[in-house]
Amino acid sequence: MYPRAFDYLAPETKEEVLDVLAERGDEVKILAGGQSLIPMMKLRLASPGTLVDINRVPDLDSISIGNGHLTVQALVRHNDIVNSELVTTENAAMASAAPWISDPIVRNLGTLAGSVAHHDPEGDWASVMLACGAQVVAESRDGGERVIPITEFLTDMFTTSLQPTEMITEVRVPRYASRTTHEHAPPRGGGNYQKLERKVGDYATVGVATHLELGDDGGISKAGIALTSVYPHNLKVTEAEHLLVGSQPSDELFAEAAEIAKSACTPASDVRGSAEYKKDVVRVFTERGLAASLAGAQR
Amino acid sequence: MTTTTDHNHPITTPEVGGIGHSIKRHEDDRLIQGAGNFVDDIVLPGMLHMTLVRSPWAHATINGIDSSAAEAIDGVVAVVTGELLAEYNLAWMPTLSGDTQAVLATDKVRYQGQEVAAVIATDPYVARDGADAVVVDYDPLPVITNPMQGLESDAPIIRTDLEDKEDNVVYEWEAGDAAATEEAFAKADRVVTVETHYPRSHPAPLETCGIIADVSPVTGEATLYMTSQAPHAHRTVFALVAGLPEQNIRIISPDLGGGFGNKVPVYPGYVVATAASLVIGKPVKWIETRYENLISTGFARDYYMKGELAVTNEGKILGLKVDMLSDQGAFFADAQPSKLRAGLFEIVTGSYDLQAAHVTTKGVYTNKAPGGVAYRCSFRVTEASYLIERLVQNAAYELEMDPAEFRSMNFIQPDQFPYESATGLVYDSGDYETAMRKAMEMIGYDELRVEQAKAREEGRLVGIGIASFTDIVGAGPSKDYDIIGLKMFDSAELRVHPTGKAILKLGVKTQGQGHETTFAQIVAEELGIPATDIKVVHGDTDNTPYGLGTYGSRSTPVAGAATAIVARNLRDKARDIAAHMLEASADDLEWENGKFSVKGSPDSSVSIQDIAFAAYTNLPEGMQAGLEGVHYYDPPNLTYPFGTYIVAVEIDAGTGQWKVDRMVAVDDCGVRINPMIVDGQIHGGLTEGYAMSNMQFMTFDDDGNCLTAHFDSYMIPTAWETPRFELGETITPSPHHPIGAKGVGESATVGSPAAYVNAIIDALQHRGVTNIDMPVLPDRVWQALQDSEG
Repeated sequence: MYPRAFDYLAPETKEEVLDVLAERGDEVKILAGGQSLIPMMKLRLASPGTLVDINRVPDLDSISIGNGHLTVQALVRHNDIVNSELVTTENAAMASAAPWISDPIVRNLGTLAGSVAHHDPEGDWASVMLACGAQVVAESRDGGERVIPITEFLTDMFTTSLQPTEMITEVRVPRYASRTTHEHAPPRGGGNYQKLERKVGDYATVGVATHLELGDDGGISKAGIALTSVYPHNLKVTEAEHLLVGSQPSDELFAEAAEIAKSACTPASDVRGSAEYKKDVVRVFTERGLAASLAGAQR
Repeated sequence: MTTTTDHNHPITTPEVGGIGHSIKRHEDDRLIQGAGNFVDDIVLPGMLHMTLVRSPWAHATINGIDSSAAEAIDGVVAVVTGELLAEYNLAWMPTLSGDTQAVLATDKVRYQGQEVAAVIATDPYVARDGADAVVVDYDPLPVITNPMQGLESDAPIIRTDLEDKEDNVVYEWEAGDAAATEEAFAKADRVVTVETHYPRSHPAPLETCGIIADVSPVTGEATLYMTSQAPHAHRTVFALVAGLPEQNIRIISPDLGGGFGNKVPVYPGYVVATAASLVIGKPVKWIETRYENLISTGFARDYYMKGELAVTNEGKILGLKVDMLSDQGAFFADAQPSKLRAGLFEIVTGSYDLQAAHVTTKGVYTNKAPGGVAYRCSFRVTEASYLIERLVQNAAYELEMDPAEFRSMNFIQPDQFPYESATGLVYDSGDYETAMRKAMEMIGYDELRVEQAKAREEGRLVGIGIASFTDIVGAGPSKDYDIIGLKMFDSAELRVHPTGKAILKLGVKTQGQGHETTFAQIVAEELGIPATDIKVVHGDTDNTPYGLGTYGSRSTPVAGAATAIVARNLRDKARDIAAHMLEASADDLEWENGKFSVKGSPDSSVSIQDIAFAAYTNLPEGMQAGLEGVHYYDPPNLTYPFGTYIVAVEIDAGTGQWKVDRMVAVDDCGVRINPMIVDGQIHGGLTEGYAMSNMQFMTFDDDGNCLTAHFDSYMIPTAWETPRFELGETITPSPHHPIGAKGVGESATVGSPAAYVNAIIDALQHRGVTNIDMPVLPDRVWQALQDSEG
């Protein structure tokens, strides 16, 4: 557990961080919570030449609403999300997922933005962000701000479209459509995260994020389903989403969507279970997740 | 986790804190304030750091080792290879089971993670850089990852180092009476079979293994700060291996962060660090990483077992047959009494009175790490207990009897003790029925069965599992038990100082069990000196009497007995001093509450503190000064703790996950010295049993790569997953132990896995499921459900 030697910088402004990224680029890793990066460095699976610690940068740690979005800044910890009343009232999928992130020690330090940037296919947040249709906001010294849809941000396992000169400043999740017209309207939206883990702190054997919004007629106006740990990257199940949107919710419909999710994933057999098993849990979890999301949307 | 425990009724006052008082642990003052002193806390002037180069291959010939790039790194002091060690005759070392083990591989590597070279550097980071820079040229060989493969006719031979070795068999061993067992089976109406793999597990103490070897180039004295559960035995092994004069070796085993059997073997790292310090002339520190601890140090279990139980239609067990294969890894390094092959597996007849039993087993070399340590288990007892309790449960289903009633029909009865088992063990005492009935009452067994029937109608999967285990601990009588010839006695040395305070020195060594408190309480009980006035010293070979160490729940049965006896011996001397002080005859004195008084005149008395002062100031003529003694205790028999655990589970049919709704544990470990510490030991063991049954195993791919080499894959349950435990007790003292105690460290690990698994099988048996191997992972439950539906 002894990392290779590296430079450590701890700038106190965002501008300084962006300068370092502009100058050192590829060899830099940003340290936010460090809950994936530090263990990888200790195992020498990652050996960045420079670590830029952004924890001293001000005004990067708030959760807010505005412009139709729920915004989570780069230094917001998992536990801030667990404890956020705003998240509880604004986004059920996120509120459901947050307590499932690793263990309390990791939740105290790790960040949502860091988790998305790491893009471990076993990471929970990327699935939730895919289901909710999030956007990642990145900034660089020479390129300014760039808003990247999550589907374009997550390119492949452990790979994103973030440039070496960019840092993530925030992640934005669209508010429920009902809320964008009336601030205190019933949500008509719901979401859920189902996770199978062997113990607290474990990665998901299977994770399923779901998000549903209902129109005035009670039909499904928006749907999101994304899977964790069962594909080379976090997998958005577009075909199942298309099936749901425009239909009236029912057990049969959800079962059909769940079968699509089951067919879409390609998990590996490993110590956590056989591929057949994991696929079937995807089915079970998609059904359960959609049912729970619907219950939330019909509140 | 709350507990409900009936405590003993202590004889001493709470101020004295003798047997039966739940006094707080003395050692916790320093441990919970971060003031403990572990091996890695120790820093010596000029100390160097060592990192081992380990094999990425499970089986490969070594063509050569190029250390030039490592040696060129600034701060690297030396690179040690097996070739270099061979010059000092240190390339191989003996194991505790009479095999030999490579210290640093010279010919080939035999498991992934095997030690190949060592880099000594000025700091641990540079040492790691150096280890990464050592280039080893390997030629991979075919790999054996289980004993069945190892026995195939064309299997590669792993131990090419052993002269004339033409197969991979380590040993063949049997117990019991084959002919009598055949006879019993011939009379049976039915034979119930369970075939199961008790998976490889790892003790995984939170503190990994390590050493600081400090060999003086001037005097040749070697001070070894070492994570050792058995410092005295290790000193003797070092004397034998390294040829160092034993009086020049001092092993100090400071605070240990858990051991669980993992710190009983001598590991290559200890030997290399010592050799390096000897050659370089500076202290050398070696501390394993978690990964290194998991992949290379002593594992446990890994038994492939087939058990058959012969029963009558009326529900009487007649006989038991067991055949096993043991995966021993690449070297036979079981940490167990040297004469034993399969530990104390003879206990496999369990709590049941049966006429005949026969056990056969074969140990096989594989390309996996060596070990076979008694992980919170007295040498293969966990495997044995698991098998018989699984068999009994399945036999009850076969006979359509309630598993509790079936057990009841077959228990050894209280009046049968001492009971000679069909495999030749003599159980000291027991009352199995009472313990089981108590557990059934606590959990509300009959009501649970009613609820289960209702749940089943609703389509829910609910199960109730029982294990009525008998453990065997306290090795052991010198005629049968030794480790490399050293008899398995243990010792206690006690000195009462003039002010009435005492120092007790032990040959055993705590790893967290609470010896500094428990053993003080034994002295408090016998001498009336408050437990808080007694300091317990252990773990330093220069300052403690010789002993074989702490493992297999032997400390209380053996060293605890030694402590009681040495205290009684001092009390005898104290009586003579009291007689002198009171000007009375020793025969006229009575002992009560830490005082000797003249019979009939209680006012004429002297306290133990007064007597202690007199022992240094006012002695009868001709008596030696001081109040001090040492006792080496050779136990007349082992002790046999027992109990009944009952678990209620519910299974999620969609995911196969199972959840413990209730867990009741009734333990009988004889007299309880500190009931709170006993409860803590049981909590720990029940948690470890839960881990093994639910999530935890060491597993490998076909190339011998360990797939569970970190805590992200080798699962340790947290408080969140761990069931709530409800504890109960019965007390059946050991008739041969001076204070009637039996030892408790491992009972819960031994007994509980079968209770959890039996509960799961109980939930599924109506669907035709008769076995799922541990760990009962959700996918295994799901698969069993799929198969039963198919």
